[in-house]
Amino acid sequence: MTVKRIPDPDASVKFADGAIDTSSTKWVPNEFDQYAVETALRLAEDAKSKKRHAEIVVCSVCPAAQRQHITTFLAMGADRGVVVDADDTALDSQAVAKLIAGVFKKEGADLLVCGKLSQDSEGNEVGQRVAGLLDLPIASFAGGVTWDQGNSAMVVSREVDDGVETKKVPLPSVLTCDLRVVLPSSVKNGITPDDYTYNEGPRLASLRGITMAKRKKVEQLKPADLGVEAGSAVNNNAVTPPPARAAGQIVESVEQLVEKLASEAKVL
Amino acid sequence: MSKVLVVVETDGTTIKNASLPGVTAGAELAKHTGGELHLLVVGSGVGDAANAVGAAGFGAAGVHVADHAELAPFTTEAWTDTVVAAAKALGATALGGTATSTLRDVIPRAAALLDAPLAAEITGVKGNNTFSREMSAGRALADFTLSGSVVCFTARASDFAPAAAGGAAPVSAVDAGTPNKRGAEVVGIETTQSARPALTEASVVVAGGRGMGSGENFAPLETLTDLLGGALGASRAATDAGMVPADLQVGQTGKVVAPELYFAVAISGAIQHLAGMKGSKTIVAINKDPEAPIFQVADYGLVAKWEDTLPQLIEMVKAKKSS
Ligand SMILES: Cc1cc2nc3c(=O)[nH]c(=O)nc-3n(C[C@H](O)[C@H](O)[C@H](O)COP(=O)(O)OP(=O)(O)OC[C@H]3O[C@@H](n4cnc5c(N)ncnc54)[C@H](O)[C@@H]3O)c2cc1C
Ligand SMILES: Nc1ncnc2c1ncn2[C@@H]1O[C@H](COP(=O)(O)O)[C@@H](O)[C@H]1O
Repeated sequence: MTVKRIPDPDASVKFADGAIDTSSTKWVPNEFDQYAVETALRLAEDAKSKKRHAEIVVCSVCPAAQRQHITTFLAMGADRGVVVDADDTALDSQAVAKLIAGVFKKEGADLLVCGKLSQDSEGNEVGQRVAGLLDLPIASFAGGVTWDQGNSAMVVSREVDDGVETKKVPLPSVLTCDLRVVLPSSVKNGITPDDYTYNEGPRLASLRGITMAKRKKVEQLKPADLGVEAGSAVNNNAVTPPPARAAGQIVESVEQLVEKLASEAKVL
Repeated sequence: MSKVLVVVETDGTTIKNASLPGVTAGAELAKHTGGELHLLVVGSGVGDAANAVGAAGFGAAGVHVADHAELAPFTTEAWTDTVVAAAKALGATALGGTATSTLRDVIPRAAALLDAPLAAEITGVKGNNTFSREMSAGRALADFTLSGSVVCFTARASDFAPAAAGGAAPVSAVDAGTPNKRGAEVVGIETTQSARPALTEASVVVAGGRGMGSGENFAPLETLTDLLGGALGASRAATDAGMVPADLQVGQTGKVVAPELYFAVAISGAIQHLAGMKGSKTIVAINKDPEAPIFQVADYGLVAKWEDTLPQLIEMVKAKKSS
């Protein structure tokens, strides 16, 4: 599974010289990747006996010195990490996807679980790109996943524009996780009883998990180790704050609201 | 000469409305690059639909049809094979379309195979391969340029007017390549049935949040929605709780809407929600908490409980409509 570091989404965005100023940024794991690791854990574990049936490797493309977000996921329960040491802010999504594809191949993995979206750059593209580069099937925008162990396939409810599509993809394949994959009964692995209900949302790391995380292995690779020349074909000319909306007004009653909508805004 | 290829989706008869903003974005890019706009119709048995697209033209120099049994139902695996084959066969210098769930699946995969950069969910075309888009839940605006022999884009529907029909364009078959589902199988599709306009196309959106309490309590919102001929929307909290279907979610992760009139009822106004609706022309917020952040973007705010306001609002709107 993959995780990206992003600037804390609860902090305000700072700008300097026509760019986002990250000099004082607190980096945190992308929320959708928290959903991805929760999905991977629910797929890999027997929730009752806590036994594991699959190994979970966390992969991130980021400066090796800034890999705390990987440690967070190791503390939640992932088994080991791979960091591709590169400044992700200087790479485009194609470069990131090539690096992740390289790690996937090197590991001989069966399933790639990605988030659907980076909360900061909002590409919504890396998982789809990796699947393309690896020539694998993909179920994107997963809101529910059932592992069909007998057929070695994932049956995925995909959140599409006008409803839900159920798509079956054989392993090896790629999933990208949407919000509702972390609802209590969204993931079934054929091992944990189907009626088991998880707590909503990604799990918190336990104290024991945090201690154990320090001992888990994190392999460090360079883009060159994966035969990837990492660059970017995207050039930002300027990144600026959006124009603010003009201040509105508080109305005192429904009468006043309807009156203003009709005569002032002219929308009724 | 540059050639902008826009993938359009059809409903069996003609182009889907959802595809029209992407055609406009493609036409703008073609204008900026001094090139031609071309449209690509993909599917199985889509000949008639392609002819209808050709008849409407939309300013395109050509409409291309890739018809193959493997292309229905939609899978990104098979569609991407075809889209990439067609882009190569036609010598496209740009490839894109509206940022629907279909093309948000296909275009990035195609971009990977073409080794091309992608401008995702653009809000504007600024120049030759230069675009604008939002980031960080609408809190930053980027103006950027892509380089490469092919570039890709998806266009945010709320930021481009639907393309208008024009003179007819010639329709011809294009080699669909060898589309392959790679073992993927669509087991079922559950479409949310609604007689209302699509959320992204409606001129009025009435949205409810967690404070509505339950799905049944959405009834007055639905009444208001139908009185105004609008679409129903919701916050993540309301969709996660199962009050309404997930595809009604408005926000960073849901639909981005920009109607003439947006009602946010019992919605706090988290940045992820604002990202999906702050482009609306007039925003009305009804919330019992005067400190709710939604009031910072609302043109008209009413600090009140929905239980105490919606019945009267419905009656007054009814009266306005019939007067
Ligand atoms: C990665 C990520 C992506 C997200 N994407 C989205 C997204 O796309 N869209 C989205 O909406 N959210 C999204 N969210 C969630 C978002 O952060 C908020 O949690 C969510 O929008 C809150 O929904 P809400 O306003 O309905 O609920 P709350 O924040 O709980 O607000 C409920 C509001 O109802 C009011 N209220 C309660 N009772 C009444 C009453 N009787 N009458 C009137 N008012 C009442 C309360 O005062 C309160 O303001 C995302 C979050 C994350 C982490
Ligand atoms: N630098 C990165 N390292 C690891 N995974 C990433 C990186 N960038 C993006 N991803 C993954 O790709 C998903 C989609 O990101 P994006 O296409 O950028 O919106 C994220 O949720 C991550 O799982």
